[in-house]
Amino acid sequence: MNWLKSHRNDMLLVAALLVLGGALALFLYVTRETGGYVSVQIDGGAVTEFPIGDNVRVVLGTGEQTNTLVIEDGTARVVEASCPDQICVRQGAVRYAGESIVCLPHRLVITVEGGQRDDVDATVR
Amino acid sequence: MKASKVAQYGLITALALVLSYVESLLPPLGVPGVKLGLPNLAVVFALYRLSWKDACVISLVRVVLVTLLFGNGAALAYSVAGAALSLAVMGLLWKTERFSSVGVSVAGGVAHNAGQILVAMALLETSRLAWYLPVLWVSGTVAGVLIGIVSGVLVKRVPDKK
Repeated sequence: MNWLKSHRNDMLLVAALLVLGGALALFLYVTRETGGYVSVQIDGGAVTEFPIGDNVRVVLGTGEQTNTLVIEDGTARVVEASCPDQICVRQGAVRYAGESIVCLPHRLVITVEGGQRDDVDATVR
Repeated sequence: MKASKVAQYGLITALALVLSYVESLLPPLGVPGVKLGLPNLAVVFALYRLSWKDACVISLVRVVLVTLLFGNGAALAYSVAGAALSLAVMGLLWKTERFSSVGVSVAGGVAHNAGQILVAMALLETSRLAWYLPVLWVSGTVAGVLIGIVSGVLVKRVPDKK
């Protein structure tokens, strides 16, 4: 109890930060929408897009810097990467608009975008 | 610089380096960037036992050494941004003298994560990383509480030999 009293300011700060973090998460959660397509950008270059309803397996990157992107069941994930940390592989699948998988060593950004593209392959879910 | 200070710098920096290494051995916690921030133990300790300036020197030396030893060039920008923002915020809170090591370390943890995300957004020219923010925000808070408690105990228990 004494500890709590002498650390009142610390507790207030922690509570304030948690509330703020929670509010941020809630805001992103409420405003989320299922993805329409997946955009891929390497090293700030041109953007490639794939409808998220498609089944796609594609090797991204050049030379020894590659990541294998798989899109199926309305989700996108990286199944294989040539980087040492494998963070993008461990991250698993993304499906909501705004979610992304990032491979920092290869400067690769895979992002789920909202909205539907006029695409014959678009699936009704 | 006095010899005793050189020795103290060396000791705390070495400790920070070892803690960085130990942390790199821990299994990843699901989301990239979620970590305990063990090296911050040494930095918070330096902040309370020495001064803000000393903590800055030790932290930045650690970041450069860790990058040279284990990391790559791209990681340096993220690390420096995280460390710099964290040091600035911790220094401010420390100066108000209203917070213990817990509050200071919590603010430092959150600032560290926020700094890294901001630089990642700038370098990758995308605002799509916002999703990480709440996750790293909360994880930085929790890690900061733990580190703050432990470093508070350390500052109290480790003998202060002038």
